[in-house]
Amino acid sequence: MSEVVLSGVSIAYESDVVVSDFSLNIGSGEWIALIGPNGAGKTSILRAISRLVAYTGEIRIGNAAVTELGGRELARLVAMVLQSPHVPAGMTVSQYVLLGRSPHLTYFGKEGRRDQGIVAGILERLSLERLAARPVEHLSGGERQRAAIARALAQQAPVLLVDEPTSSLDVGRQQDVLELIDGLRAEQGLTVIAAMHDLTLAGQYADRLALLVAGKLVAVGAPSEVLTEPAIADHYQAQVRVLQMNGSGRAVIPVRAHAASKSEDLGEGV
Amino acid sequence: MTVFGRRVGPAQLGTPAVLQGLPRLPWVWGLVGAVALIAAATVGVLAGPVHIGVGTVIQTLIAPIPWFGHRTLAADSSQASILWSLRFPRVVLGAIVGGMLATAGAAYQGVFRNPLADPYLLGAAAGANLGATLAIAFAPGSSLIGVNVVPLAGFAGAAAAVAGAYVLGRTVTGLRNATGLILAGVAIAAFLNAVQTYIQQSQPSTIRQVYSWILGRLVTAGWDGVWLVLPYVAISIVVIFLHRRLLDALSVGEEEVNSLGISARRVRLIVVVAATLGTAAAVAIAGTIAFVGIIVPHTIRLLVGRSYRVVIPLSILFGAAFLVLADTAARTVAAPAELPIGVITALVGAPFFIVVMRSTRAAEL
Repeated sequence: MSEVVLSGVSIAYESDVVVSDFSLNIGSGEWIALIGPNGAGKTSILRAISRLVAYTGEIRIGNAAVTELGGRELARLVAMVLQSPHVPAGMTVSQYVLLGRSPHLTYFGKEGRRDQGIVAGILERLSLERLAARPVEHLSGGERQRAAIARALAQQAPVLLVDEPTSSLDVGRQQDVLELIDGLRAEQGLTVIAAMHDLTLAGQYADRLALLVAGKLVAVGAPSEVLTEPAIADHYQAQVRVLQMNGSGRAVIPVRAHAASKSEDLGEGV
Repeated sequence: MTVFGRRVGPAQLGTPAVLQGLPRLPWVWGLVGAVALIAAATVGVLAGPVHIGVGTVIQTLIAPIPWFGHRTLAADSSQASILWSLRFPRVVLGAIVGGMLATAGAAYQGVFRNPLADPYLLGAAAGANLGATLAIAFAPGSSLIGVNVVPLAGFAGAAAAVAGAYVLGRTVTGLRNATGLILAGVAIAAFLNAVQTYIQQSQPSTIRQVYSWILGRLVTAGWDGVWLVLPYVAISIVVIFLHRRLLDALSVGEEEVNSLGISARRVRLIVVVAATLGTAAAVAIAGTIAFVGIIVPHTIRLLVGRSYRVVIPLSILFGAAFLVLADTAARTVAAPAELPIGVITALVGAPFFIVVMRSTRAAEL
């Protein structure tokens, strides 16, 4: 039902082509990470799926083409968490998360008790209930990220788009946020499409990785197939060691060129 | 997963619970607003060169009520005439214009996410001034279907200026964001102001009349002015009032609000059209009264809260009360001369606003 199919999608900002002929099938309940160097077009693909940018080609969610859906219909299917959400002045966490109910309201509609109940449940699930009456601008980075995720969950959409969910978070908060998304995916069968720059975390949480370079899909597959030293050296122009860790995926570790000899103690790369 | 504590399954997400931190219109402030408006109206009705007592005012008010009014003692007919033909319509007009300008200001600040936005942002004032100047200079004293041509020209000028800004903004930026529209409004206003100044200077005999119009005043044209603006202002305020949830939603930014299934562009268009309609009617009858659209909504934000569910209804009440008081001051402090009301709104409003800013949470502006 919440399968996402992109066929021959191209995106251009005026005459600058940022994504060309991108095709990918994302299964219902799958977590796919879009990876690739800065400017590869990861965010643009997320923006196209939520129709924030014009594109050619076709994007289907379930049985419906994105272009045929009304704005509210689309927002009931796809929720998006932006990389740096705008923090509105003076708005409480409750109000902010309640905005996520907009796709379920008519134009002049008002949130009812049912909407408030849904939001209260989400705040509790995300341990935000204590912060409900606090202005969003007073929250820490990790709390803000959770509030943004809570707002997206309030849309009750089966597809969750997440743009760089861990940027600007410390390592503990990174794990918190990704564990949260993974837990919600398991509970609610969400399809997760996330643009991620941290390759280790991408490999640990996503079912499949799609590697984009200069707007083109160059590799897609399980983390063990995509996260290889030659592929990363080639596409990121980076010197890395990729280490297989017991039961915890692959670790991608940057290596300084002139200190390469020291990296021997990192063990055998793959 | 236990990172965030207790697990709540999706089945439980629908269970009703009390949600803290939602904006509610504090009834105390609603009451304060209503009392302020009644008090301002009372002062406005009582103040004037002819002394009229409270009892007479009440008698005059209830006299026309069938079965009830005629049994009370009829008020002095000359006093009743002063009240019905001069003071009542003036107070009512002041309340309508003040409520409209404050509400339109709040709405503009919402759709443009700009605290400095006022109802004249897109050229409504410049257009109204030019229209009125043309009418005063070239068609003095004439009327169209029984209505003085000056307010009609002011209304047409304001509406045409904002429509021009909208069309210009759309051709330049495709209205992808509000900035193009604001810049188009600035350009249109600058151009129209230049034309208006040129006409004004080339017709020196009308400068005084034009200036008095620009600085704003509530005409004592009886109930005609009230009936002229009321339909537009009523439609405008109702439409803006119905948008208070969407104005709150717009504060998260263009892309995010679109991703919530709300068309920021459509909301902006409808609110701008509604606010312009009401503003054009208000300036047509009262001239371009400054500051009301900025200080009233911001004072409410500082004292009560930022949600438009609070700001819009309170702007109607406090805007109305503020302008009735300002008008009363304008016609009494230098009596028998009458000061332009714009002078009072700025002279009293600006220092008051500074005091509020300094004593509250100005950081949250």
